[in-house]
Amino acid sequence: MERYYFDHNATTPIAPAVIDAILPALRDGFGNASSIHQPGQQAKQALECARRQTAAFLNCSPKEIVFTSGGTEADNLAILGVPSGHIVTTNVEHPAILAACRDLDVTYIAADADGVVHPQGLRDAIRPSTVLVSIMHVNNELGTIQDIEALAFIARQAGALFHSDGVQAAGKIRLPLRSVDLYSISGHKLNAPKGVGALFVRKGVELRPRQFGGRHESGRRAGTENVAGAVALGAACDLRRDNRTIGALTDRLEKGILKRVPQTTLNGANAPRVPNTTNIRFAGIEGEAMVIALDLRGFAVSSGAACSSGAVEPSHVLTAIGLTRDEAKASIRFSLGLGNTIEQVDGLIEAVVASAAHLRRLSPVYV
Amino acid sequence: MSGGVDSSVVAGLMKREGANIVGMTMQLWNQRRLPELAGGESSGRCCSIDDVYDARYVAELVGIPYYVVNFEDAFEKSVVKPFVDDYLHGRTPIPCTLCNNFIKFDTFIEMAEGVGADKIATGHYARITRHAETARWELRRAVDASKDQTYFLFGLTQTQLARTLFPLGGMVKTEVRELAKSLELPVADKGDSQEICFVPNGDYKAFIEAYCREQNIPLDNMGGDIITSDGQVLGEHTGYHSYTVGQRRGLGVATGEPLYVISTEPETRRVVVGRETDLQTAAFTARDVNWISIPAIHAPRRAQVRIRNRHVPADATLSPVGDDTRVAVRFDQPQRAVTPGQGAVFYDGDLVLGGGWID
Repeated sequence: MERYYFDHNATTPIAPAVIDAILPALRDGFGNASSIHQPGQQAKQALECARRQTAAFLNCSPKEIVFTSGGTEADNLAILGVPSGHIVTTNVEHPAILAACRDLDVTYIAADADGVVHPQGLRDAIRPSTVLVSIMHVNNELGTIQDIEALAFIARQAGALFHSDGVQAAGKIRLPLRSVDLYSISGHKLNAPKGVGALFVRKGVELRPRQFGGRHESGRRAGTENVAGAVALGAACDLRRDNRTIGALTDRLEKGILKRVPQTTLNGANAPRVPNTTNIRFAGIEGEAMVIALDLRGFAVSSGAACSSGAVEPSHVLTAIGLTRDEAKASIRFSLGLGNTIEQVDGLIEAVVASAAHLRRLSPVYV
Repeated sequence: MSGGVDSSVVAGLMKREGANIVGMTMQLWNQRRLPELAGGESSGRCCSIDDVYDARYVAELVGIPYYVVNFEDAFEKSVVKPFVDDYLHGRTPIPCTLCNNFIKFDTFIEMAEGVGADKIATGHYARITRHAETARWELRRAVDASKDQTYFLFGLTQTQLARTLFPLGGMVKTEVRELAKSLELPVADKGDSQEICFVPNGDYKAFIEAYCREQNIPLDNMGGDIITSDGQVLGEHTGYHSYTVGQRRGLGVATGEPLYVISTEPETRRVVVGRETDLQTAAFTARDVNWISIPAIHAPRRAQVRIRNRHVPADATLSPVGDDTRVAVRFDQPQRAVTPGQGAVFYDGDLVLGGGWID
């Protein structure tokens, strides 16, 4: 069966150029970047080349890049690595932020019904003891873009550091690195493999390591460097991205579904969104059933968050913006990316129309 | 697919027969809830990570698509809450029947239809046949009497039976294990599941108390007197929800002769005890009766009636009471511990006529 992938916010396929870059790094560049001999130096060169590529992508200095094992580690490091004190974050963050904050002194700002965090909410939450504000740049479920410049300005005026989880923003929109102190990105959301990410740490920001060992990554992240991963991330940062085309495909999908399936609602409709994400609620439908039905027809989409068994739980983001559990369960996220075509989008619209009609015939909830 | 041997063999058999199948595991209960209950996420409890791991591996070996579907909300509403509620109202519930009625053969069938499946196949030990003339779907006891699960299936409707396959109904358990071996499934020697799946170690009292704490359901004032049926107070208890009709051990009262729980009375919070002979009951009424293999009766009919899963069905007469959802049951010989809240299932040989709840 042909498979069509519409879940790029979960992970992305590895771009051919990234595979071309990573294979030599795996085959020939096996050296330990900390070794003094030539194989080690070659690995070090590859690592630093990747750091320069990543820095150019983020528009910062290579010295401000800490490679990590991924977005989660970058987020954890930002939250737990800064001096301790009061933290302000939001109720729509990724679990990598929320779980890291769990035992800390935290104030959660509520996003509005479209997933937007308002500056006044941040002003009200900040205290003299606030050391860090962490607000995601783009929401993974809704694609909502926060006004990071405005929010970061408030935080820094109050003397707090500002971190943003940019995992879902990188590669999709312009990044606000001039305004923030810390910024997380993840390789596998950018057409690089899993297992690599980076944290931007503005020069002068004090950051204690959260894992201990050698003095890798300027003493901020112990552990022999994942050179091949970094090379892949660097190559992914160099990719030319056609977000205009992806935006047009996403619009076509969104309009097609909203027009052809009755009783559908766009979640986060009134907020600015990244070009690749659309989150649609199908009144009375069990999203889980639609995800499986579409998968069996070859279309990969998502609903909610996977729990440890692999079952789906209602998205905490959707309930945080005021949806009921049932409404959250009736919502499907479509996220586009590299490789999607107009034919695939049209095929997906047909499959969604058919699946929604079939599920509603069965559903006693739908009237 | 529970990750156990039965449903794994069903998947293997169906695939071998060339059916176009999808494997599913129902996530019914979040094991992170009620952390004070001992046991952790061990195997043998429903929805444990280990069992899902096994089910997923079996699906991979069999070569079928596999999904874990989340029915936690429906399970809590239709099974767990009524389970706790029954105990708090002095009844002894059978959650497996509620799960069959409202989850496995309702929510799950709907999910299966939703994803495009015509039928569901499960590892239940029971048989489905169809009457040659009337075309009515019939439910029959499993060939393996020791594994027969028809007691828990009395709520099945014609529509549900029409969509259900029980491929193990004609086999004995040893055959199923042999099949698991011949299909090279890694769960061939896995133990059978025990007790109530969401209650760790069968300690339903601890579960009820933990659940009520979580839900802020007050559990104080559950204590009361232990009395005999003629009103003599023998002692006190701390909660009537921890007593089951027929229970002998753990009454905490010392008398010369063995005493049994005869009934619990939530209104007065009394637990009534008596001699074993006081447990004998000759007649009761079944409510919410579902007729399976025959239409509702309008004249008395002989049957064998089972009042507990391990009870040997006893000869009885079923009589209509003018309401097709109720039926009067009179045993030829009084039976021990007829317990309100339990199911009563009516058989004619291996045919399941129907069943209802003991009122």
